[in-house]
Order: sequence, then C-alpha cells, then structure tokens
Amino acid sequence: MEKKLSEFEPSESGKVKTVTGEGRIRRRLFDMGITPGASIVMRKKAPFGDPIEVNVRGYELTLRKTEAECVVLDV
Amino acid sequence: MKIALIGNPNCGKTTLFNRLTGSTAHVGNWPGVTVEKREGQYKGLKKQTSERIDVVDLPGIYSLSPYTPEEIVSRNFMIDENPDLIINIVDATNLERNLYLTTQVLEADVPVIVALNMMDAVERSGDEIDIKGLEQALGVPTVPISALKGKGIKELMARALDEGKTKRKGASVLASCDCYPLIERIRDTIAKENIANPLFHAAKLVEGDSAECVRFPGIAKSLEEVKPMLGKNEYGDDYEAYVADMRYRYISQYYSPCLKRATHEARLSRSDKADKVLTHRIWAIPIFVLIMFAVFHITFSEDILFLNSWFGVEVTNELFASALMIEPGDVGIPSLGVWLQSLLGWCTGGLIDVSRDGLTAAGYEGTWVEGFLCDGLLSGIDSVLSFVPQVLLLYLFLSILEDTGYMARVAFILDRAFRRFGLSGRAFMPLLMCFGCAVPGIIATKALENEKERRLTIMLSPFFSCGAKLPIWATFAGIMANTYWSGYGDLVVFIMYFMGIAVAIIAAIILKLTALKGDPPPFIMELPAYHRPQFKSTMIHLWDKAKHLLVRTGTVIAVSIIVIWFLSSFGKGGYCDIDDSILGYLGKGLQYLFYPVFAAPNGFATTEASNAYAWRFVVAAFTGLIAKEMVVATLGTLAGVDGDAILEGAASEADQTAFDAMIGSMTPAAMFAYMAFNLFSVPCMAAVGAAMGELKSRKRSWQAIGFWLLTAYVVSFVVFWLGNFNTYMWGMSLAVTLILVTLCALLAWKVVTNFKTKQATAANVGANESALGAAATHDESEVE
Repeated sequence: MEKKLSEFEPSESGKVKTVTGEGRIRRRLFDMGITPGASIVMRKKAPFGDPIEVNVRGYELTLRKTEAECVVLDV
Repeated sequence: MKIALIGNPNCGKTTLFNRLTGSTAHVGNWPGVTVEKREGQYKGLKKQTSERIDVVDLPGIYSLSPYTPEEIVSRNFMIDENPDLIINIVDATNLERNLYLTTQVLEADVPVIVALNMMDAVERSGDEIDIKGLEQALGVPTVPISALKGKGIKELMARALDEGKTKRKGASVLASCDCYPLIERIRDTIAKENIANPLFHAAKLVEGDSAECVRFPGIAKSLEEVKPMLGKNEYGDDYEAYVADMRYRYISQYYSPCLKRATHEARLSRSDKADKVLTHRIWAIPIFVLIMFAVFHITFSEDILFLNSWFGVEVTNELFASALMIEPGDVGIPSLGVWLQSLLGWCTGGLIDVSRDGLTAAGYEGTWVEGFLCDGLLSGIDSVLSFVPQVLLLYLFLSILEDTGYMARVAFILDRAFRRFGLSGRAFMPLLMCFGCAVPGIIATKALENEKERRLTIMLSPFFSCGAKLPIWATFAGIMANTYWSGYGDLVVFIMYFMGIAVAIIAAIILKLTALKGDPPPFIMELPAYHRPQFKSTMIHLWDKAKHLLVRTGTVIAVSIIVIWFLSSFGKGGYCDIDDSILGYLGKGLQYLFYPVFAAPNGFATTEASNAYAWRFVVAAFTGLIAKEMVVATLGTLAGVDGDAILEGAASEADQTAFDAMIGSMTPAAMFAYMAFNLFSVPCMAAVGAAMGELKSRKRSWQAIGFWLLTAYVVSFVVFWLGNFNTYMWGMSLAVTLILVTLCALLAWKVVTNFKTKQATAANVGANESALGAAATHDESEVE
C-alpha cells in the first residue's frame, strides 16, 4: 500500500517509492538519503504537531509536513 | 601545499581544523557570500624541513549540489582553485550519508584522503568498522581518527603529505551504471577543451545540475536531445533521482558491509535517551523555557536566584559586597554577567577619573581638551567595553547550546510557530538573544542557512526590546504611573515589550510580501547526536568573536561617540553647553520633522512649557541612535541636571523634580510615541556594526537602517495619532497618514519591481532561483 510520509504516525515505517516536489526540495531530500528504496522509520512529531522527526539511513532527520508530502512510501 | 577539509555539517570538521592549525587559524569570509572562511597553517611540521602547508576549512555540506552558498563555495574551491589534497572528513557513526558526499568528491581529479572521524564513539557503541576493507572499496587512503581526543591525527597528516605529492584521476561510483558510457563521452569532450576535472563536470551534467548547465550550455543542450533516445531506465528520464539513487545503492552495496553493527539494544544511544525528554511532546517546551531563563538569569540578573526579593537574603559584609561590586545593604547577589560588567565599568571609570584629575592638575579643567579626552574618547571606550562581558557571555551560552546539538532541537520544537511569519525555527534563538542585546542576536543569525531569512531576522532584531532600552521605559513608566495611572508602571513596560513583538510580526509579514518575497526555505535538517561541548574550540570561537566585536563594532561606536561629543560640545561660540551646540541647533531645527510623531505643540502637550522642551526630546532620541543608554542621560543633561545620577536613581530631590517636570510635560500619547520611536529606530551603533558584519553589503546595511528609521517614524506616528484622535489635529494627522501610507506603498512597490527585474535578468542565465540567489550575491558590487 502506498502512503505519504506526512500521513505517518510515530513508529510506523516504510520503504521509499517515489520522491516528488520542486527541484531544490527534491534534491535536498535525495542528498539527505531519502532515495527510492531507503527505509524510513517515523520517530515523533514536534510539540505543535509539525515538523516531524524520522530515522533514515541510521540518523535522525527532521522535515516539515509539506516536505514530507513529497515522499511516497510502500508500507 | 594547499589542503582543503571537506565534510558534512556536524562531522567534527572544525574540531579537526582547530587541531591542525591551532593559533594560526583565522576566520574571514568567502568573497561575496556570508559564509565563513577559515584558513590556517598546519602546525605539526618540523620547522627546518618544511614548506608551508595551508589548510582551508570548507563549509559543512551534505552534497555538491548547486543550491546553497555553502555548496557553491565548496565546489568552486574544489574544482577551480586546485587544492593539492582534499581531506574528506566522514562521521563514522553515520557512514552512509557521509559517504554520499565522498562519492561526489572522488570524481574530481584531486588526491583525496578519507578521515574516519569519531572512531571513539563507534568503539563505545560496540560497532566495528573494517578500515582496510573500506579503504579498498573507496580506492583512497582511509585513516581512523578522533578529532575530539586528538587520536590518529599524526598518521592522517603523514599519509596526507605523501598523498599530496601524487596526482590522482577522478573515479566515479557510477562506472557500473547504464548511463556511464554517456558520462564518459561527455568527459572526453570536456577534456579535449583542456578543462580540469572533466569527470566531475560530466557526472554533474548528466544529473542535470543547473550550475553546470550554465557553464556548458552547448553540452547541456545536446544532452537534453540525447537523453530521451537512451531508452528509459527505471526512473524514466529523471536522471537526478537516478544518479542520487545509484550513489546510495553503491554505498549500501560496497561500503556499508564494512560496518558491523552491535546488537540492537546497545544502539539506543545516550542521544536517543536525551531526546526522549528534550523533544518530548509535553516537556520539550517547559524545559526549553527553563534553559533560556537560566541563560538570561546568569547574564542579566542583579539578584541571583531571587535570593533577595524572595528570601530576603542581604549582603551586609562590606568586603564581600565590594568583591561583588555592589553597595552593601538590601540588594541581591549579582549574576556573573552583571558582576563582570561592573568590574569592567569600575576599571574604565577609574581610568576616566584618573585622567580627569591629571588634566585638572595640569590646568586643563573645563577646556575642550578635558572634554575630548574624558567625555569623548574615554567614555567612548567605556561604553564600548561596558556591554562586551554580557554579549560574550550570551554568545558563550549560545555556542555551547549549538555545540551540544540542542539548537537543532529548538528549531525542531518551534518551527511551527515561526513558519507563518516567513521564518524557520532556527530564527528563534537570534531573536530571543535580542531581548538581552541585539549584538549577539545579530551575530547569531550566522546559523541561519537562508540568506533572506537572515536578512529578515536582522531587520527585526531591534524590535525585541533590549536591556539598554529598559531604563527608558522605566523612567517614563515611573512618571506616567505618578501622574496618570498610579500603580501601573509595570504595565507600561509590558506594553512596550508587547508592542515590539506585535510590530515585529506585522513587519515580518509585510517584508515577506514585498521586499523579501520568495518561497519559504526548505526545513530538511539533520538532528545531530548530542555531543559534549568542547572547551577548546568554544573558547577559540569566543576569542574570535571578542576580537571581531572590539575591532569592528568598537570602531563604529567610538567614532560615533566622538562625533556626538563634538556636535554636542561645540557651537558658534566654540566650546559650549549642549543648549548652544550644533546638536542643540540641529534639534531645534529638526524638531518640526518630529511634530507629527511626538513633539507637536498645542493640544498635544499638557503644558505650554513642553513646546520649549520639544527639541530636547529630539536631541535625546538622536543620541539614542548611537547608544540607547544615552537617552535618559541626555534628557537629564538637557533638563539641566546630572543625567547619570538620574539613571542611577541617585539624583537630588530638586534635580529629580526638574527632570520629572520636563518628562511630565508630555501627554501620555506623546510619551508612548516617544518610547515607540526609541524602540523601533536604529538600536545602537554596536548593532549597526554587527549588522554590517553579517549583511556583508553596504547597500543592505543602509536598507536596514532606513527600514528601522521608517518603522520608528510610522509606528510612533500611529501611536501619537491614536492617542490624540479626539483633538482638532486629527484631521491633519489623517491627511499625513494617508500621504505616508501612499509613500510606503509606492516604496514597497518599487522594491518589489526592482527585485523582479533582478530576478528576470538573472533568469536569462538560465539557472534556477536559488542558485541565482547565490549568484546575485556574487555580483553585488558593494560587497566589502
């Protein structure tokens, strides 16, 4: 099943399927290791519900929900 | 020999740099961008044998993509400045992502050596890395080190110096990909033109890198035609995704197996445990508030832990009190910041007294020589030094929080609240600092990645009422409470702080819609593992800051204080009182300009006398542009009393009455308007100096100054007008408002169109918007 990273709840995980978004954001996501095939674990949401913290390639990454919307995962 | 250090942010690059260069390091700037450039010489060589070895610390980056100024600076240095060797620092606790940059660095025709940093942390966690295997896979020397503990650095440099003598041809991890024949063809085409690093350029061109497309428009064009004919790979013709994925795949296939992880339980590190609390949904914010309170308390409190006001602790022992630099009696123990400040003030105050005595003995009393030396030069130095201890202390706390990795968490916690004003969570810390002092606040904007966000934050900085403005609020609030609202003095002070925040929000929105238009910068950020702060590198950083502050900011302040001294001590008749001085005349002349703001006669002031006072308020506001500490002191002097005594609350009763009578001649509306003017106008010359340092452009600094003065004028006008809307003058006020609003709108429109033309010109070059941002900064000719 496909699901956007922005819809994840803490401790859910999945494998990246596609990455969309405007050039700069997309490239930044790639550079930070969110490439197709990478597995991502959702860690937590910030106190105001946004941004979110995820674990990818063994480190902690934070991104906003609008940016997480660009990442589609297989769960 | 020239060595460059390259690596991800938070990989310990700066620690290694400090280890290598020690005291020879100095911090400058890359031309045209606000990115710090650190250079130094390797100090570990035996003197007689050596040629000089220069070490350059490139900014921390995740990739050599062309989007941020940091990335552009690093890549230009790598491919155009021919370093003899690149040391690629890799955080061994985070191999995969760190090696992604390595795969790009390896494509350049430069000798590369990989320094596997933080090996101590790897060993502690029980993980193991097969160094030999990794070295073989990478094809370049790989040395395990711990920059923090100073381990492995000798070996690293020994191998680095050997490696630097050789030549190396770039190699790509893309060699096994379908697109490699294409890369090779482009590489050969570029090589024929005798351009260095052909493989690097070729790989980037295939990625569709915008900066390369500008550099090689011909190749880029034919590539666009060739790509669709190559047949689809699994990404269609999306080569950017394809190349990034191929790099990561190569890493997980060939490099990652060299890492043997310990069992999963051991991997819930201390950092994760700390984060359980520090970014907890409920506890995160209270803990943050507590930490911030502690920072400010240690820096600014005159009554540490509220021992005096809450528990009645008094310092009565004279010796103890004099060691604390306070008068014995019903007072609290001062905090570290306040104590340091008084200590320094005591030294410079002593210096002034000694000079004054000496000059009196030499018969110069009351002449301009005494005035220049004591009131001009020495008090200039005094006021420069007086704020240094607290600024540095704030800065020290800031860099500790930054070093430990907590600052990234603050950005994470608060991003949501700041986003709607066009700022990210990262802007919070600098703005908060401004409540203490705008200078460290402005310096702290360095941590902001995005140029526009940095400018916006600097422009908003004075609106967060700083410590030096508090005496102004206190003075006016005291008089207002006496005359109008008995017992509500603290409310007046609160209103000023609140007004500052409210205007900052409105100004941020307006600037965002006009001059600083653009998409919000992406907020895709690593949360680095927590580290213990490093005493040595923090101190090196602090020393840099102190020098910077004293030299740049100091000269600006000292010069302006001497100028103000001259203007206020000389008039037609030579050396004279401030009343007859040039400044006095300026005030009398320019007071008309301030009529709509706070100084209007008739109907606006409570007494006839205030008409006569009007120019004095104007003069005091002028001196406030130099330093806000001077406002109350100047008002005192202009009321014919000892201004410093008023500030310290030690004035005689008659003096205090005379002073209160002058301030009290204003209506409450005029008082609020006057305070608003002081709040929003140019904060002080120190802040202007700091802003010039961070904005790196004269034009932008002047824009900021203009923006502050305009905001001050408009806000105090609105306050004054609202406070007087029932008088006959309001019709006139309305007319002036309309004119002002129109002018503002016109100005805003002009700024926007200017901005658009700039964008359009740049767009012709064909690159995307953010690469342009950096390019535009490059082109800016006013850059110092």
